[in-house]
This record gives sequence, structure tokens and C-alpha cells, in this order.
Amino acid sequence: MALFDALLELADDHLVLGHRVSEWCGHAPMLEEDLAMPNMALDVIGTARNLYDYAGKVEGKGRDEDDLAYLRGEREYRNLLLVERPNEDFAHTMLRQLYFAAFMHPYWTAALESPDETVRGIAGKAVKEMAYHIRHTGEWVIRLGDGTEESARRMRDAVTALAIYVDELFEEGAGEGLDALPDRAALRPEWEATIKRIFDEAGLEQVTSPFPQSGGRDGRHGEGLGHMLAEMQSVHRAHPGATW
Amino acid sequence: MYSQGLIGADGRSDETPEFLAAFQARVDAEEKIEPNDDMPEGYRRTLVRQIGQHAHSEIVGMLPEGNWITRAPSLRRKAALLAKVQDEGGHGLYLYSAAETLGVTREQMTEELLDGRAKYSSIFNYPTLSWADIGTIGWLVDGAAIMNQIPLCRCSYGPYARAMIRVCKEESFHQRQGYEIVMKLAQGTPEQKAMAQDALNRWWWPSIMMFGPHDADSQHSDQSMAWKIKRFTNDELRQKFIDATVPQAEYLGLTLPDPDLKWNEEKGGYDHGPINWDEFWSVVKGHGPMARDRIKARRKAWDDGAWVREAALAHAEKRKVRREAAPLAAE
Ligand SMILES: [Fe+2]
Ligand SMILES: [Fe+2]
Ligand SMILES: [Fe+2]
Repeated sequence: MALFDALLELADDHLVLGHRVSEWCGHAPMLEEDLAMPNMALDVIGTARNLYDYAGKVEGKGRDEDDLAYLRGEREYRNLLLVERPNEDFAHTMLRQLYFAAFMHPYWTAALESPDETVRGIAGKAVKEMAYHIRHTGEWVIRLGDGTEESARRMRDAVTALAIYVDELFEEGAGEGLDALPDRAALRPEWEATIKRIFDEAGLEQVTSPFPQSGGRDGRHGEGLGHMLAEMQSVHRAHPGATW
Repeated sequence: MYSQGLIGADGRSDETPEFLAAFQARVDAEEKIEPNDDMPEGYRRTLVRQIGQHAHSEIVGMLPEGNWITRAPSLRRKAALLAKVQDEGGHGLYLYSAAETLGVTREQMTEELLDGRAKYSSIFNYPTLSWADIGTIGWLVDGAAIMNQIPLCRCSYGPYARAMIRVCKEESFHQRQGYEIVMKLAQGTPEQKAMAQDALNRWWWPSIMMFGPHDADSQHSDQSMAWKIKRFTNDELRQKFIDATVPQAEYLGLTLPDPDLKWNEEKGGYDHGPINWDEFWSVVKGHGPMARDRIKARRKAWDDGAWVREAALAHAEKRKVRREAAPLAAE
């Protein structure tokens, strides 16, 4: 079941992040971002769907994407703490997305060599999307870091706030030792290099926290995730067995 | 002459009867009017108002549907709804660009929306109260928008007509998708079916009000028809919409909330019961149930985003300065 668990971790990361980004829809700082953020949300929700679908098949108990997304509670969700962090402001949202994409891009690139054909298929689509997310959010981190005093302060605040969630990206989790999926720890140098390149242009300093947080993979989340899932699952759970 | 009332409307001395007649002749010959062409000030102003209102409707329209993105009952529906709301934002963007060709800026139009000078479609001042509202809005509201907008693809003003061609394709996709959501509910559990009927009961009348007042009470119609900004009257479009929708509701096994709705053999269309124009005017004048919340939400997004827009400008400016300084430094 290691593959099932590992796919579920990845799927939860993508769905929870996509849900968070989708909360901006109609409320963005400018119309262009009201188009760009749903785009990014759609990309990661699309990947989540592919991963849930495959996880359900691997499990072989007939659970589909919606059973996995809508009928598990917060203790059963295995997403990274990073992706469940609230949107806060545009600086936090862009940085959270950049941190995730700067990890997932090398991850999916490595997964293109997976012996598992379905994983290769998912990676092929996702790798291009993650390159776009790095570009789009990286440009914003640079604009905000360099822009005004206020935007630079907000950008630094975001860097400080999210620093404690970075290490968890590189923890192996359920995929440890699986041939089908890449090792996570090995991707750290590339992640660091991407962030350094962008931060240098943005005039930002990387912060390493001496007190990194983790526990998402064991269902030990912040308090926000339960509210997010309660909202997300409300209609689905109010009508057991209904189709939509 | 159609436009006599507008001669000299903006103190423009060149709007002679000859000028207006020559303009009308171009319109009558179905020539497209382009941004740099001479045009009567009244024509320009009518278009700015209409395209601006249309753009604002797309943008405000993101809110009622956006209200259900985080609760969509399946991942497929969630993705489709996100994509739909994003399309509406895209429509707003093309429309603002079309209006900008007439010499107004997006910022000006946004300010007018936020301070209540500019209007948007009355329909978006009603709340979305269940998942069925999402299907019903796609089916009825996007359906009504299509009735209105297909003739606009032939509007005399080129940039507006071209924007509408692209918009209409997406609106018909939204309409089919909405109908499919309602169909799923109508064929679902008793609770789902009741949800669909309740949504239809709430959205039917506001949807047919979207076409505006009866022709006899419509202010701007005649001149807009002459200038081929408009091709059909409000009542003609409303009739087409009702005639198309009644059989769709029958197919779903849902009941339209109008006991007077019946086929009129003689006119080859449906007769409908009286429309509550008091409600219509009250909503148009900004007293709809969600009017304050909609503008408040738009204003909040705009105000909260100010620092982001300022930062983007400041960064662009710094970059420009750095780029200009770079070759000097190298010398
Ligand atoms: Fe639209
Ligand atoms: Fe529209
Ligand atoms: Fe639409």
C-alpha cells in the first residue's frame, strides 16, 4: 500500500493548494490575476484528480476521486503543512505557490523517468505547469520584493512566516524507497537554487528556521485545514450517494 | 434623421446633419465602425456606457458563482466552475479593452463601478443559495446573455462585435454545462430535484427581467437600433428566450413558476404572466438583495490590491531606470 499512500500524499498536496488558491477567485488585486490564479488552481486540481484516480485504482477497493477527496476528514488528509496555510495576502499566496512549484518541478522532472507509466503520464503534464507557476509567481516575488517599501515588507513577512514549512517538502513520507516515485531529499539543491535566483533579483534573504514544523503526512495539521475541508465537503456529505 | 437630438450634444461643432447622415449611411451599408473613424459623440457615449456595463456585469458576475467554488460537490464540477468563473473574468477583460478603444480607461470604468455611477446587470444582485443555483445560472442567465449577445456579434462597432464573437462561443458552452448540472439534479435524489426546482423558482423571473423594460418603456432603444448597436428589441429577445426555455424545462420535468405561461398559437410563441417591474426597477437602482455586498466585495478586492498594483508599477519604473543606466555604467 506504500504506492497508494504516497499517491494520496501527493494528491492531497495538490488539492489543498488548489482549493486555497481558488479562494481568491473574483477577489484578486487585478483582473489579470483573477485569470492567472484560477489557472494555477485548475492546474493543481487537475493533477490532484489524476493522482486520486490512480490511487483509487492502486488501492483496488472501488474508491474514486470524489470518495478520496470528500469522504476523508482532516486527520486522514496527508498534505504538507505549507499548502494548507491560509492565503493571508497576495505576497504569502505567491510565495507559497513558488515554494511548492520550485519543489514539484524537479520532482515531476525526475518522475518522467519513472518505471510506472501512469506516473510518467501525470508527470508529463504537470512538469510544464510547474515551470509556468515558477515563472509567474517568481515574477511576482521579484516585483513585490523590489517594488515599494510596503510590498518589500510584506514579502519579507511572508518569507519569515513560511520558513518553518520548508523542510517538510523534503521529508520522504510514504514514497520512501519506491521506484515509481522520486526521492524527495535529493531535490533540495535544485529547490534552493531556484529560490536563490529569484530572491537575489527580488532583494530578499532566505531564512532558515531552527524550528521547522512537520506532521502533515501523519494528519497532524494546523487548525485551518478542518475548516477548509468542512466547507469543501459540505454539499457532498449532505447528500450521501448522490451523483452530481 | 435619427440622431437630431444629439446634434452638438457634446459641443462638437462638426456634428452637422451631413456628418450624421454620412455616418448613418455607413452603418446602413453594414460597414464596421473602427476606433479611429469619425463617429457621433452620442454613438461613442452609448457604446462606452453599454460596453462598460457589460464588462462590469462579467466582473460582478464572478461573485455569485464564485460563492460555490469552494463547495462544489465533486472535483469535476469544482474544476468546471473555476474555469467558468475564469472565463467570465476573461470576458470582462476583452470588454474593457473594447471600451478602451473609445477613449476611456479601465481604471476610470472601475472607479465608476465602485462609486455606483456605472451599472451592471441586475441579475447579479440576487444571492446564490444552493448548488442548484450554479446550474440554473448557467442554464438561464448565460442562456439569456447569449440571446442578447448573438445579435451583438453583428454590432456596427467593430471591436465590440469581434469581442462578442469570442464571448458567445464560451457563453454557449456555459449554458450547456449549466443545463447539464440541472439535468443531473432533476434526475437525482428527491432532495436534489427539490433543490433544482427551488433554484428555478428563484431565478426564472430575474432572468426574464434581464432583457430590460418592455419596448414601450425603453429609453435608449430607437437610436441604438438605428445605429445597429442593437438589432432586436427587449421584448423580441425576451420572447425568443422564453420560447427556447419552456421546452427545456419540460424536458427536465421542472415547472416554470408562472401559472400564466401558455402557448399562443396565433403568435407562435408563449404568453407569460405580468413581470414585477417594481422589483426590477428597485434592483436596477441598486436595492437588490446583494447589491451592497457585491460592491463591497469589489471595493475590498480593489482596495486590498492597491499595494500590489503600486508595487508592480514601482518595480517596472525601477527596472526601466536600471536598464537606461546600464549602458552608461558600461561606458
Ligand atoms: Fe460572460
Ligand atoms: Fe456576458
Ligand atoms: Fe458565461
